[in-house]
Amino acid sequence: MSEVASNEIRMPDPENLIVSSSPHIHSNADEIWKIMLWVIVAMLPAAFAGLWFFGLQALRVMVLCVVFSVAFEMLWCRIEGKPVLGTVRDLSAVVTGMLLAFNLSAGVPWWICLVGAFIAIWLGKQVFGGLGSNPFNPALVARVGLLVAFPKIMTTWVPTRQMLAHAGKYTGFFDHSVVTAIGAGQLDGVTCATPLGVARNAPQVAAGIDRFAAVDGHQAIWNAFVGNVGGCLGETSALALLIGGIILISLKLIKWQVPVAYIGTVAIFTGIVHQVAPGMTPDALFHVVSGGLFLGAFFMATDMVTSPMTTLGAVIFGIGCGLITCLIRIWGGYPEGVSFSILFMNALVPLIDRFAKKFPFGYKALERGEAI
Amino acid sequence: MEVQKKKISGGVHPKDDGKSLSSGVAIKPAPLLEKYQVILCQHIGAPPKLIVNPGDVVKKGQMIAEPGGFVSAPVHAPTSGTVGKVIDVPGPMGVNQQAVEILADGKDEFDSGLEPIADWRQAAPEVLKERIGKAGIVGMGGAAFPTLVKLSPPPAKKIDTLILNGAECEPYLTADHRLMLERADAVLTGAAIMARVLGITRIYIGIEANKPNAIAELQTKAPNYNAKVVVLKVRYPQGGEKQLIYAVTGRKVPEGMLPMDAGCVVQNVGTAAAVAEAVLEGKPLFERVTTVTGLPVVNPGNWLVRIGTPIAEVLRLAGGVKSTPGKVILGGPMMGFAQKSIEVPVMKNTSGILLLDQSEVVQFTSQPCIRCGKCIDNCPMNLLCGTISCFIENEKFDKAEELHVMDCLECGACAYACPAHRPLVQHVRRAKAEIRARKAKENKK
Repeated sequence: MSEVASNEIRMPDPENLIVSSSPHIHSNADEIWKIMLWVIVAMLPAAFAGLWFFGLQALRVMVLCVVFSVAFEMLWCRIEGKPVLGTVRDLSAVVTGMLLAFNLSAGVPWWICLVGAFIAIWLGKQVFGGLGSNPFNPALVARVGLLVAFPKIMTTWVPTRQMLAHAGKYTGFFDHSVVTAIGAGQLDGVTCATPLGVARNAPQVAAGIDRFAAVDGHQAIWNAFVGNVGGCLGETSALALLIGGIILISLKLIKWQVPVAYIGTVAIFTGIVHQVAPGMTPDALFHVVSGGLFLGAFFMATDMVTSPMTTLGAVIFGIGCGLITCLIRIWGGYPEGVSFSILFMNALVPLIDRFAKKFPFGYKALERGEAI
Repeated sequence: MEVQKKKISGGVHPKDDGKSLSSGVAIKPAPLLEKYQVILCQHIGAPPKLIVNPGDVVKKGQMIAEPGGFVSAPVHAPTSGTVGKVIDVPGPMGVNQQAVEILADGKDEFDSGLEPIADWRQAAPEVLKERIGKAGIVGMGGAAFPTLVKLSPPPAKKIDTLILNGAECEPYLTADHRLMLERADAVLTGAAIMARVLGITRIYIGIEANKPNAIAELQTKAPNYNAKVVVLKVRYPQGGEKQLIYAVTGRKVPEGMLPMDAGCVVQNVGTAAAVAEAVLEGKPLFERVTTVTGLPVVNPGNWLVRIGTPIAEVLRLAGGVKSTPGKVILGGPMMGFAQKSIEVPVMKNTSGILLLDQSEVVQFTSQPCIRCGKCIDNCPMNLLCGTISCFIENEKFDKAEELHVMDCLECGACAYACPAHRPLVQHVRRAKAEIRARKAKENKK
């Protein structure tokens, strides 16, 4: 190799060479902010359903929750002395804010959003060390915190626009006096009951079930499925949440075992109880489409940070959530048990992870003594 | 043609594996250089002993260092000429290694002192085995484990299957692909010789489906050697020994044990070709096929280079670079070693020289684990990679050991997909070193 030839050829400059551990390439598809962005995209159908049924007041709550959550995240970073935009860029605060809004009634005052965002971001997440270290789902911590602190506000539901327009068809959810008042245009803030509340708070459960079933010419279940019922602004439309859940599952961002085990357990358990004692609780279909089950099963229980890492763990976690939800709904003190069940199972995740650990390749072969 | 018995668990499949850069380029022999720097210890095990002195005249293929123990291999002169100084050169692992200079006389005269064994089908297995040892053959797929040792299982272990590893699952690398395509007979002969040494008749060749021309070539010739081609679905790291055995035979190597515990011996296709040359031509292992590739390389291709050629010279053969490389890697992008110097000599296990452009090299900051579980899904050994890495971060090495960190292949499928950009392989390497150091300390007491 002559000197002339080697001068013409450009060679790498060792000064520019980086030495680091393998692997030297990375799948750019997997980034925290991209995962969060897809979760936000998957939440959009439910957000639009909330807008459709509850109008601009739903938008107000969603915007407030997201803005406050991001603001608390930035404030924490500021106090910690880190770059203010540091952890905001991973979009996790936006997701938490959206989930918090989904868990609130569309009619809540602005300061509920503020307190909720504070509980979620600071008490639910940052005090434990930030994203990845929080044992409980931050949005659920906020919801339960608000429910305990402000029970009246947190259990006051606004009716959907469709319900207001045809109040007479939805008498199951309103008092007769309220219906009359709506007709006369006399009321400012109209409230209504949720399907679970109707079934639960009637003098007898059986009467409540009948009352619910009679709503809107026996289209009650369908209304509960599409979201035309009272409830938190993001939880009422099981249909929209299902679409979002399918997006998450098809992108492999959540383990499908969690929602399937969760919803399946609720369906089977309530189905059995309803068969044995029909007056005790409504049927399985009612339980599946009402309340926050779809929101919890697809968006809250599947939170990566606070759910088990293995497939078997995910199944155990889903079944546990389902059982506790049923216990609370049927025999507990609250009409709805999704939030409590997920928080309770969050606490058990380290235990589930220990139990449902995977065995290394060849481990069982070693135990069985398959060696030749 | 046979289909694979089992699908390996986990693994990844990078969309653009970069193989098209060099898979169509035929193997070219590298021209003779004036000087070679042959690293003495080219394998796992005891370092060999130098048996020539500076100033000695050597022929191509002459042994210049003899094995320093049972798990060891000799080293041979890559060309004829004079023995130069014994110097320290930058090694592929970042530390300097002892090397001996061979100053070429330009005649390139071959005299290995090893007689060709033309009738190997009649030769005694012991004779063939001795030849493989004398020729300094080591595993050419990456680990550089002396082949002789692999072919000498303890009598208690019943070996019934020889698997040739033609998976070449690392992105970018095409050396094995070209070798199987261009020298199928040598690969198959080597396999048949090794099967004779082991006293077995079952020979499989595992190839990933992304090399259809090599599959077709081996398919037509394999029956002459009583070998069967197994086509594998493309999945990294299918070329890992345990993964390949599982994919090809459906057997699981018990945890912490060796392929021979599952009745298998796995050899790289390059090793098989080297065995054939050693037996048929009496040619020791002093040159190998290596891939020079990557976006910055002017003419990516596959070259037959002699051991001891500095990688800068190989790069020069490929026309140098057209952009600014940010990394020079020996091996593939998933398990290869990044180099600081381009004067590192080619060794017996240098399967490729990969250059990554500055734009492709991104340095990430490690973020906290978000427990997404992608690492666990991708792990071919079913380890809880994320949990292990968190333990290691907190220096809880005993916990990491409880979670079987020692079984890790370091294949990098976890870190490749980690959305938090955690350096999982680096963590594992640290833990393994700490655990080994602690064990050594305990043994001393």
